[in-house]
Amino acid sequence: MADILPEHPDFLWRNPEPKSSYDAVIVGGGGHGLATAYYLAKNHGMTNIAVLERGWLAGGNMARNTTIIRSNYLWDESAGMYEKSLKLWEQLPEELEYDFLFSQRGVMNLAHTLGDVRESMRRVGANQLNGVDAEWISPEQVKELCPIINIEDNIRYPVMGATYQPRAGIAKHDHVAWAFARKCDEMGVDIIQNCEVTGFIKDGNRVTGVKTNRGTINAGKVALCGAGHSSVLAEQAGFDLPIQSHPLQALVSELHEPVHPTVVMSNHVHVYVSQAHKGELVMGAGIDTYNGYGQRGAFHVIEEQMAAAVELFPIFGRAHVLRTWGGIVDTTMDASPIVSKTSIDQLYVNCGWGTGGFKGTPGAGFTFAHTIANDEPHELNAAFNIERFETGHLIDEHGAAAVAH
Amino acid sequence: MMLIECPWCGPRNETEYGYGGQAHVAYPEDPSTLNDNEWAKFLFYRTNPKGLFAERWVHSAGCRRWFNAVRDTVTYEFKAVYKPGEPQPITTTNAPAQGGTK
Repeated sequence: MADILPEHPDFLWRNPEPKSSYDAVIVGGGGHGLATAYYLAKNHGMTNIAVLERGWLAGGNMARNTTIIRSNYLWDESAGMYEKSLKLWEQLPEELEYDFLFSQRGVMNLAHTLGDVRESMRRVGANQLNGVDAEWISPEQVKELCPIINIEDNIRYPVMGATYQPRAGIAKHDHVAWAFARKCDEMGVDIIQNCEVTGFIKDGNRVTGVKTNRGTINAGKVALCGAGHSSVLAEQAGFDLPIQSHPLQALVSELHEPVHPTVVMSNHVHVYVSQAHKGELVMGAGIDTYNGYGQRGAFHVIEEQMAAAVELFPIFGRAHVLRTWGGIVDTTMDASPIVSKTSIDQLYVNCGWGTGGFKGTPGAGFTFAHTIANDEPHELNAAFNIERFETGHLIDEHGAAAVAH
Repeated sequence: MMLIECPWCGPRNETEYGYGGQAHVAYPEDPSTLNDNEWAKFLFYRTNPKGLFAERWVHSAGCRRWFNAVRDTVTYEFKAVYKPGEPQPITTTNAPAQGGTK
């Protein structure tokens, strides 16, 4: 007779029925929604709050990203935001009492052209001035850090060096979500899955609640963390967002012995690669060009990044693509996020993180919670307002942020 | 890989095309009268519907001509393709503003 199955492990959070009213409701139970709830409860004492998730917790981009964490952005505003996020990452495993495999194995961004080299050195200088650890390393140092990389000049775009951020790294994304969810739950936050927001209730220009498929929920404040669906939510709420949603694909190989000790990103031949703890090579690149909400993209995009990967890492020629998938990323014209008040009172929006939202999870939550609690932005997200598209104070990270977005 | 119908060349692989985003965004008729908000809307705001979307494509590796399409952004299915100047055959939430198809 088969062994009796062990007891189900303890659930990390309750699955409560929604109450009729909360002090604040967060729409979207991905990483950013959970982090926002966590910091609202922890830093601002707001525990009578709910996170509403249309599907299951962290089933969107939080489960689909390539888990890279870094803060080597060019512009001051971005460096401030992402470096704060990285500092929070560094304390979160202890704070959340959860080992989510945060591994500061370093990230290098390769340079393949003279233009790349100049941009890279400029960015290293900007990073150092902003207190972000960054250095320029030679092809030989690249090889030392990642022995499987090809630095010969027998390829179309030889490696001419790289920027290196030693404190950057990866983390296990689903565990990050569970860690936040457990702590939120402990502090009294209601995490409500299978609860889709279908409309907003307003009194004049003030939001007073949301309509959902599980009934009306009144709320003193409503905060949107809808990622790829931000435009859909904004339209329901009655304001415009400068967002376009695109498919972004990623993939993994089968499991391999540890061969890749760091994270390598290449903007020019366009692929980024790390190796997950259990051994899969994790890779991604750019978005599919067209607007899409389909959580899938075209195979030629995968093919192109595989070509880049095999050129840089010849031994990958013997690896196999095991799974590919897509998420929906919310892109802005300046490739920087929006963490902002809106034109509607007590309604707040966190979106536009595009292809880089995972690394920003704690920073977004920290600054967005501050914005919601005080009805004023934190100094770190003040520049990431919606009005910048009107005033012209763009934070143009297109091509400046070490990778194309 | 989508099979996309060029109105001039017929069905070709997606890799032959470039994407142009929302269709029927006309240049302001009198640019000097626009305020900052209106400029922001023209430059940075595009509709982003989940569902039918009127958008532009260019057959870069073929006839190199632009055309319009109505596509479902969830299924990615093309519902119609039409040449510039032709009326949009299917209504979308970003239907052409008055003054028409450009």
